Amino acid sequence: MAKFRLPANSRIQSGRHHPAPVGAKNVKVFKVYRWSPDQGGNPRLDTYEIDRDSCGSMVLDALIKIKNELDSTLTFRRSCREGVCGSCAMNIAGRNTLACTKPIDGIEGEIRVYPLPSLPVIKDLVPDMTHFYAQYASIKPWLQAKTPTPPNRERLQSREDRAKLDGLYECILCACCTTGCPSWWWNSKRYLGPAVLLQAQRWLADSRDEATGERLDDLEDSFKLYRCHTIMNCVEVCPKGLNPAQAIARIKGRLLVRG
Amino acid sequence: MSFRTPLKQALGLGASHSGTSRWWAQRVSSVALVPLLIWLIIGIVRHGGADYTDAQAWLSSPITAVLTILTLVASFYHGALGMQVIVEDYVSHETVQLALVVLVKFAAMVLAVAGIFAVLLVALGG
Repeated sequence: MAKFRLPANSRIQSGRHHPAPVGAKNVKVFKVYRWSPDQGGNPRLDTYEIDRDSCGSMVLDALIKIKNELDSTLTFRRSCREGVCGSCAMNIAGRNTLACTKPIDGIEGEIRVYPLPSLPVIKDLVPDMTHFYAQYASIKPWLQAKTPTPPNRERLQSREDRAKLDGLYECILCACCTTGCPSWWWNSKRYLGPAVLLQAQRWLADSRDEATGERLDDLEDSFKLYRCHTIMNCVEVCPKGLNPAQAIARIKGRLLVRG
Repeated sequence: MSFRTPLKQALGLGASHSGTSRWWAQRVSSVALVPLLIWLIIGIVRHGGADYTDAQAWLSSPITAVLTILTLVASFYHGALGMQVIVEDYVSHETVQLALVVLVKFAAMVLAVAGIFAVLLVALGG
C-alpha cells in the first residue's frame, strides 16, 4: 500500500538550537533536517539563527556559513555553487531546488531545509541516489548507432536537428523533479520518473541516434513510462526551467504514432 | 543480504511493450464522453419530473436509446481504465493489485451490462 505517513523511525523531532551571535541585527532562522547513521535514533530539526548581514545571498551560502561557524557536523553535498552540477539539490521551504541558486531573501520567515524527499537518507541533507542513477543507466544514455563513425570526421548534425535537443540537454540530473513526483514516490521501483524520461527523450530526439526503435521498445510499459499522470510537479520545481512533462508527452506521442 | 546490482533492480522484469493502447483508450473515451455526457445531462434535466410514460417515450426513440447505451459503455470503459490506474498507483502488493484490477473490470462489466439491459427493457416496452 502507498504510505501516507512516515514510518515511526523517520518522524522528525525537534533538535538543538544555535542562537544568533550577539549584536546581529538581521537574523534569519534556518531549520535543518539532521540525521546521522552514527547516532541513529529519529531525525531531528535543528534551528540555526544566522546573521544575514554577514552571509552570502543564497541558501547554500547560509549552509556553508552554518558549517563553518556554527556546527561543523552539518553534512550536505555541494560543488559548483552556480547551478550546473546539481549536487546541492534539496528541499528548501517545501520545494525541491538547488541551494546554490535559491536566494535567501525570496523566502519569508524561517527557512526549512530537508533532504530530497522519498530517497533514503545517508546523513543530514545527503540522500542515497543509487536507484536514481541506476534508472538513468537503464535507458542507455549514450549515442547508439549501427552505422560506423565516418573515418575522417564526426557524425554530422544540422543546426535544425541540434536545436531539437534544446530543453533536453540542459538537464543536470539533480533529481529535483523525480523526487518531487508523487507518482515516483509511490512507484519508484518501476516508474522511471521525469528526469530519466527527459533524458530518454534527449536520445530519442537525437538525429544521429539509430536505436530509436529499441529505446521506444524499452520504454513502452505501463509502469516505466505510463505512471506519468501529468501532475506537473516536475515542471514546477526544475531549477533549470526545463519541461520533463512535455518530454514525456513527446515519448507517448512517438509510441502512439508507431502504433 | 541482496547482492543484486542497482542496475539489475532498476531494469526489473523489463518493459512489457504494452500500455500505449490502454493510455490512448483512456484519452479517446474521455473525449467521447464530453458530448455524450452533455447530451445525457440536458436530456435528464429536460425530463426532470416527467412521469414514467414520458420517460419511456423519450428513451424509446432510437437516437436516445443508442446514445444512452453508448454513454453507458464509454463511462464504464473509461471508469474501469481509471480505476485500474488508481489501483496500480496505490496498491503495491502484487497479488492484491491483480485481484483488485480483475474485480474493477468485473464490476464495470456487470454494471454496464445491467445498464444496457435496463435501457433496452424500458425502450422496447417494459
